[in-house]
Amino acid sequence: MQAINYRGPFRIRVEDKPIPEIQHPRDAIVQVTRACICGSDLHLYHGMVPDTRVGTTFGHEFIGIVQEVGTEVHNLGVGDSVLVPFNIACGQCVFCKQGLFAYCHESNAMSSTVGGVFGYSHIAGGFDGGQAEYVRVPYADIGPTVIPDGMNEEDALLLTDVLPTGYYAAEMGGIKKGDTVVVFGAGPVGIMAARCAWLFGAGRVIVIDHLEYRLDFVRKYAPCEAYNFKSIEDPVLFIKRQTDWLGADVCIDAVGSDACGNMMQTLTGKKLLLQAGAATALHWAINSVKKGGIVSIVGVYGPTDNLIPIGNAVNKGITIRAGQTSVKRLLPRLIEHVQQGILSPREIITHRFALEDAADAYHIFSSKLDDCIKPVLVPSAV
Amino acid sequence: MNTQKINYQEVKGWGIDADPLNEPTYPMKEGDAEDKITIWERPDQQQASMEVLTSNERATIPAVFGQTIAPQGISGHIRRYAFNHSESRYRHWIPLLIADRINEIEGIIDDFKHGKAPHILLEKGWRARWKLNKKSVMKKAGIGLLLAVTAAVLVKRKPS
Ligand SMILES: NC(=O)c1ccc[n+]([C@@H]2O[C@H](COP(=O)([O-])OP(=O)(O)OC[C@H]3O[C@@H](n4cnc5c(N)ncnc54)[C@H](O)[C@@H]3O)[C@@H](O)[C@H]2O)c1
Ligand SMILES: [Zn+2]
Ligand SMILES: [Zn+2]
Repeated sequence: MQAINYRGPFRIRVEDKPIPEIQHPRDAIVQVTRACICGSDLHLYHGMVPDTRVGTTFGHEFIGIVQEVGTEVHNLGVGDSVLVPFNIACGQCVFCKQGLFAYCHESNAMSSTVGGVFGYSHIAGGFDGGQAEYVRVPYADIGPTVIPDGMNEEDALLLTDVLPTGYYAAEMGGIKKGDTVVVFGAGPVGIMAARCAWLFGAGRVIVIDHLEYRLDFVRKYAPCEAYNFKSIEDPVLFIKRQTDWLGADVCIDAVGSDACGNMMQTLTGKKLLLQAGAATALHWAINSVKKGGIVSIVGVYGPTDNLIPIGNAVNKGITIRAGQTSVKRLLPRLIEHVQQGILSPREIITHRFALEDAADAYHIFSSKLDDCIKPVLVPSAV
Repeated sequence: MNTQKINYQEVKGWGIDADPLNEPTYPMKEGDAEDKITIWERPDQQQASMEVLTSNERATIPAVFGQTIAPQGISGHIRRYAFNHSESRYRHWIPLLIADRINEIEGIIDDFKHGKAPHILLEKGWRARWKLNKKSVMKKAGIGLLLAVTAAVLVKRKPS
């Protein structure tokens, strides 16, 4: 089968790999029909995630058709069209039992922090991902969800991560009716977070980024106010001004470790790797939130340390909530929203590439060329 | 700069998921005492068919794990060393980062061993770069050329 193959930072190629086999009675093999590239994949692509082994196939956002099921998978049949949440979760450990599927304790040998994730380096379990023609799906009786009749398949595709993550970011914000919510990052995740903030009753939504084409998009899509931090000298001061000098009720970090905008952070975080990526957006979020407010972090950081003003967090008495999204917990509600036409996630897809062209797709998405917001890879067999 | 405020009452779906009870520990506080078990009925154990490094912060290997790329070569030795240390230590992470860089070189050697030279420019998406960002390609090519010429001149100048 064709699958992407990571060769080192900024190097991807598509190659023949053996079709995966069932390794556990609760596995399924899924033939991939669509797979996204995610901002999280960029952290891998940039070589910033330790234990990303050469030869890995990335891809944790995909939909497909069930090809084969293990002897203990009874809820799926061969031929079912499924969307597959990015978390690999057993459904029975103490974390899964509480709906914390992202932190399953039975799916990741290599780390005690996060649970297993498809195609997300050996830190997240060493599984191959879905940017391929076929993929092994462990605990197939828990994660994969049959795509409801009539649902557009690209809407289903974005239900595997991006929409739930934007929604989770807003949910963690503990938004109360009328709250001012500031979202850092107008990538796919930030766009969805801004859109979903309204569902929780936000009174005002402001998005900060530096890419005009993304700001233009989110302004209409969320809809919301959107500002370019390159034309603002000090984003924190700007937000104070915008909020009667008190700060925002809720700040969302939808940027993560690839942030730009602060030379020291970029130098120490991205060039010298003295910290686990650049924490510019998180720094701004902590300093822009109101005293007693909430900072919600979905942006991804490396496993070591980051420079953030934790003293200010203490002095301001803020609450910090953070997490990898437990997609399965949010799916029922989000499927409903999509089916009722309240949310239309597929509108953020700007590019579709043949799987063979993954190297170009990665480059375009990473360098933010051609007004790219969300790229999708399509294997040639479909 | 757009300063136009949005009239939220007109946004589709406004407030439909507002939840006054949503508080910081959600959903940790969900579920009742019996969900707070520390020992659970474990799924069947997957059998390992290759070396799987396991965090030393775990008592057991999880029931399911990825078996894609076993630690190999020099990078593999370094990864094994890293996994003797907890995720709280630089002794875990720095060796892993070093192993990744070495692994990249091993990958190139491996390609040659299999009789193929890697198309590094294609792997780096230069086809797209050429199509969409000729300026950056020209700049890089220019810098490369300049460096090559400077090097050539310096080599020539060297007294023999
Ligand atoms: N927690 C989760 O479960 C989860 C799931 C998916 C993605 N993520 C993470 O969310 C983050 C965003 O993902 P994405 O797909 O939208 O990525 P993306 O790279 O497309 O978007 C990031 C955006 O942030 C902008 N940005 C950079 N520096 C900034 C700054 N200082 N302030 C404001 N904006 C800034 C960039 O211009 C870009 O538009 C990534 O870190 C990704 O790993 C987390
Ligand atoms: Zn993702
Ligand atoms: Zn579990």
